[in-house]
Amino acid sequence: MTVRHAEGAYSISAQRVGAMMLRYWYLLRSSWPRLLDLVYWPTVQMVTWGFLQYYIANNAGFFARAGGTFIGAVLLWDILFRGQLGFSISFLEEMWSRNIGNLMMSPLRPIELIVALMAMSVVRLAVGAVPVTFLAIAFFGFNLYGLGLALVAFFFNLMLTSWAIGIFVSGLILRNGMGAENLAWSIMFLFMPLTCVYYPVTTLPVWLQPVAWALPPTYVFEGMRELLIHHAFRGDLMLDSLALNAVLFAAGLFGFLKLLESARRHGSLMQTGE
Amino acid sequence: MPPSPPIAVERLVKIYKTIPAVDGISFSLAPGSITGLLGGNGAGKTTTIATIMGLITPTSGRVTVLGADLPKQRYRVLHRMNFESPYVEVPMRLTVRHNMTVFGKLYGVEDLRGRIAELGRQLDLTDLLDRPTGRLSAGQKTRVSLAKALINNPEVLLLDEPTASLDPDTADWVRAHLERYCHEHQATVLLASHNMAEVERLCQRVIIMKRGRIEDDDAPEKLLARYGRRTLEEVFLDVARGSGVVTEAAQ
Repeated sequence: MTVRHAEGAYSISAQRVGAMMLRYWYLLRSSWPRLLDLVYWPTVQMVTWGFLQYYIANNAGFFARAGGTFIGAVLLWDILFRGQLGFSISFLEEMWSRNIGNLMMSPLRPIELIVALMAMSVVRLAVGAVPVTFLAIAFFGFNLYGLGLALVAFFFNLMLTSWAIGIFVSGLILRNGMGAENLAWSIMFLFMPLTCVYYPVTTLPVWLQPVAWALPPTYVFEGMRELLIHHAFRGDLMLDSLALNAVLFAAGLFGFLKLLESARRHGSLMQTGE
Repeated sequence: MPPSPPIAVERLVKIYKTIPAVDGISFSLAPGSITGLLGGNGAGKTTTIATIMGLITPTSGRVTVLGADLPKQRYRVLHRMNFESPYVEVPMRLTVRHNMTVFGKLYGVEDLRGRIAELGRQLDLTDLLDRPTGRLSAGQKTRVSLAKALINNPEVLLLDEPTASLDPDTADWVRAHLERYCHEHQATVLLASHNMAEVERLCQRVIIMKRGRIEDDDAPEKLLARYGRRTLEEVFLDVARGSGVVTEAAQ
């Protein structure tokens, strides 16, 4: 038997990334409640907001024109929220199972762990959200895929934000232990009012609007409304979002690596667990 | 120039806030040797082992493993090392085979199926390979942890309480396997344990730590002679209670 390896702290091995994805896949398929959980909440959200949209559309002229705005917002919000949660839950699985020490003392590089978590967040999102998009077509006649190429731009920008937040929160958990776990579940809700998921940025007080425009998802939700209400795809908004996402992602990665370094200094990696 | 020792620790210091966990220890291990690291709770054994694995950054001092400076150059050597510790667990929800597959891929093991089958035979795990790890008994889980620690045929093996909470029969079985592995592979082993009989049986050298420092360091028989004791447990208690070395005059 021989052992293959790649040297260097910054080299990425597809085999090691694949090994981690395999681990999460085994975990996911070993538990039907985990699989059910992926689909359950997005469905409840979509159905609730779908009926609300249906009611408003029948009673207000503007919303009748803005068909699908709420359902579209729900589905896009779910990409943002579920993307981060999918990343964080896979990471939390390592903490719950006291496996993080095994990983940190193996040849797995931190960047490889992050790449695997990002990939798994897409897999989890696909398992959870794709069936819901089909339900939206069946129940409310809203076809998310009808957004065409714009959907690709929305999706990519929202995923970048969700990864950046997920990476940073994982660093906080590594450094501070399971006391920081709640952040993984709740941090994205801070973004909900500020990124104007369900209403235009102009609804916010003037002093709060610059804060909203500093957050990449705001551009996506504004872009979605432009598309659904005025039938215009705003590429400029997507580019602004992408530029902010690049900064946010770099900051998240930098924060994670610094927090990991700090965890090694403080011995926090030995004190993880359920 | 002589080859560098598999593990070398020089003036290692680790301070948590203001509390020194390891206070300026130095030692190096000979290739193919089994060395015991003894000490009471809080003596600094686990911190020492975690620092050697690169899991903890030292406050000062130097650790080299297989010629690489840790933690800076850890990725040069981590694939040639492995460990077992009560502070980490093999994931419980995955089957034994799935766990071995994941770790085997992480360590870049070639012919992984063959290696898993081999470990299954050697560690009596063949019938358990497709069972969830969490449903195994404590003894079976320890054998799985050992299989994970040996998946890459490590040249350096760090073991923290490898037989804790095992019944005497299983513990003896694990010791016999470790002995055989080290003999066949010329692996260098650092073993932290509270089980003195285990240390006496396995180790050619014993390092005794107390409050982050090395109190004594020698072959078991020489320690017994120096302290005028018949068992390592008595030596350990002498060191722990500060009774000290029995001088020739006193004898």
